[in-house]
Amino acid sequence: MSCDRPKNASGTGFLVLKAPMADTARTYLDYNATAPLLPQVEAAVCESLGAFGNPSSVHGSGRGARALVEDAREHIAAHTGASAAEIIFTSGGTEANVLALKGGNYASMIVAGIEHASVLASAPGAVIIGATAQGIVDLNALEDALKSAPRPVLVAVMLANNETGVLQPLDAVVALAKSYGAFVHCDAVQALGKVPVDFSAGMDSMSLSAHKIGGLKGVGALIFRGDLNAQITGGGQERRRRAGTENVVGIVSFGAAAREVPRLLADIPRVRALRDSLESKVRAAAPQANIYGEGAARLANTSCFSLANVSSETQVMRLDLAGVSISAGSACSSGKIAPSHVLLAMGVNAAEAKTAVRVSLGWTTAEADITRFIEAWQPLAFNAAA
Amino acid sequence: MSAKSRIVVAMSGGVDSSVTAALLHSQGYDVVGLTMQLYDHGAATAKSKTCCAGQDIYDARRVADRIGIPHYVVDYETNFKSEVMDRFADSYIRGETPVPCVLCNQTVKFRDLLKAAKDLGADALATGHYVQRIEGANGAELHRAVDPDRDQSYFLFATTQAQLDFVRFPLGGLTKPEARALGVQFGLHVAEKPDSQDICFVPNGRYADVIQKLRPDAANPGDIVHVDGRVLGRHTGVINFTVGQRRGIGVGGEAEPLYVVHVDPENARVIVGPKETLLRNAFEIHSVNWLGAGQGPSEDGAPLHVKLRNTQPPMAATVFGEAGGKARVVLAEAEAAVTPGQACVFYDGERVFGGGWIARDVGIAHLPHNLRRGAAASAV
Repeated sequence: MSCDRPKNASGTGFLVLKAPMADTARTYLDYNATAPLLPQVEAAVCESLGAFGNPSSVHGSGRGARALVEDAREHIAAHTGASAAEIIFTSGGTEANVLALKGGNYASMIVAGIEHASVLASAPGAVIIGATAQGIVDLNALEDALKSAPRPVLVAVMLANNETGVLQPLDAVVALAKSYGAFVHCDAVQALGKVPVDFSAGMDSMSLSAHKIGGLKGVGALIFRGDLNAQITGGGQERRRRAGTENVVGIVSFGAAAREVPRLLADIPRVRALRDSLESKVRAAAPQANIYGEGAARLANTSCFSLANVSSETQVMRLDLAGVSISAGSACSSGKIAPSHVLLAMGVNAAEAKTAVRVSLGWTTAEADITRFIEAWQPLAFNAAA
Repeated sequence: MSAKSRIVVAMSGGVDSSVTAALLHSQGYDVVGLTMQLYDHGAATAKSKTCCAGQDIYDARRVADRIGIPHYVVDYETNFKSEVMDRFADSYIRGETPVPCVLCNQTVKFRDLLKAAKDLGADALATGHYVQRIEGANGAELHRAVDPDRDQSYFLFATTQAQLDFVRFPLGGLTKPEARALGVQFGLHVAEKPDSQDICFVPNGRYADVIQKLRPDAANPGDIVHVDGRVLGRHTGVINFTVGQRRGIGVGGEAEPLYVVHVDPENARVIVGPKETLLRNAFEIHSVNWLGAGQGPSEDGAPLHVKLRNTQPPMAATVFGEAGGKARVVLAEAEAAVTPGQACVFYDGERVFGGGWIARDVGIAHLPHNLRRGAAASAV
């Protein structure tokens, strides 16, 4: 079966393609919230829609679906330095984080203050580790916490921050944790496809999400080494680590997207040049703008900056009405706009944090998108300066 | 305004503002919906923790989807708390009966939301209020709604001329059934949604509970005193009483029905008396907003009509302008329950000329000397 839908271009590779469902009238600069579906993913998904069997069924229909799930698992393993047996499919990054923290048998946890809400919410009573002004987890504070933490202890530090894009020193975190006999969980949701991700570098668990790399929403994975207590119980799926009939189509999309990771990484220098061009234009329009994590190693696609006296919500609304999609920090599903906990952890004051926006680029981004962003954003900067 | 003009509509999720948005969109305007996040609904109703985006925000979002317009939620919780909810509580504690809807219109709606509309490049801000804005020779004028049962001009008396120039009230010429019919015609799921009751952040009408929560130390038990000086009983706090109240006073055995005549928070006393002790001919107002000709009501007295409560028909009065944004209102006929904290709104025919706040010391001159504020408790 296939999705009978005309493609808007073909043959030139995804790097120059607009995503199949993209609203071409808009400039989409919110890849860290979600990425458009990759054409290769769409093809694989459409191909799989006929395989309706239940992967747990013994018969041929079930085996066909099961094979798709296992193929995807192997693709993901191959591109993340994991073994297929370590991969547990979940409903997304949030569930993966919750499963890692609540399903592990830890007596205590040490968690970076810049972690995603799903990590922070699953670690009540954890020691929270602050960040430097550049948005990097404070290793001295981590070591202090490790000295007194009851064992077994889990250290949770993300690979790349979703709001600032700042990369965390996981090699140092792992080395430090191991020297104190601690376990390490790494949320790599925002890093995959933007920097190399390697589970074999000493982590004990790692979270991933499909839709950040051009797969479907509603599917993710936890890579876990060791014994785990299932949090969703019932059937014996995912080797008894996550019950429930598999989201076959979602898993297929994840596997297909994982296969594109090398091409996404190959596109990163181009994305970095666009991001740097955007930031120099932001600087030119608003010398007072603060670019967070500018001095640190960052994801090449992410830029988070503030514009004094212009609220995040005003900037996001103005740009939206001009056809440009950006966000105020992380995507918020409610009406409440709290200042970013990430920026607060970096020592940014609450008033300034409420004027920060995040612009995140990806494989469909072109120079024209940067120009369009600047044209829409510039008047706000001029008004703020006036 | 041309059809290409951008109009921001304040969308509450109710039928009126939803119809306002749909109507303007059907007329070809570039409509943008904004919904104000004002308070934590779960905390206000003391229910278990609920999602911060309540049903009304959901409804507004779905209506915007249905119409096909952009819609955003703007967070004004901080200002709403300090400028509407806290002031509401403090006013009650002072023995007044406040009108928080006016404060809301004055602050978050016609200041913050209006600024947001301008920031979005809008040419106007529209709301679903039942009131008319008529372009006059000397700028925009505020007039009562066509539907007298729905007229909301009482709550908009504090709208300044500058605000009035920027806002629009497309429903002012309609009746409520006509607005609901439009809602059905536009296919809006909120067309039959019940009208909101009472004050939005006091959903069950229990003001005292909300005040207790905002100002936990305010409960101050004291005496219930008759205007003739007799102590009739005890009460658990002045916040449970408003001037003109008859039910629930908690004293019996008197020959004639008793009303709350005065609330005296300094001495934690509630003064009650028969109906005639409520009658007033004149009173002071402050913070006057003037929408008539000139800078304010004439010192020699402006013949106007006034409303002292939203539900009351305008009555004849003369308003004497005073220095410092004050005025003295002399009623043609004595009126019961001139309630401190309520608005006194001026009308010239159908046109709204502004208004002011009824001063808190209304009626004190009518009380026996031993009951006036500051009098020794032993005198009672």
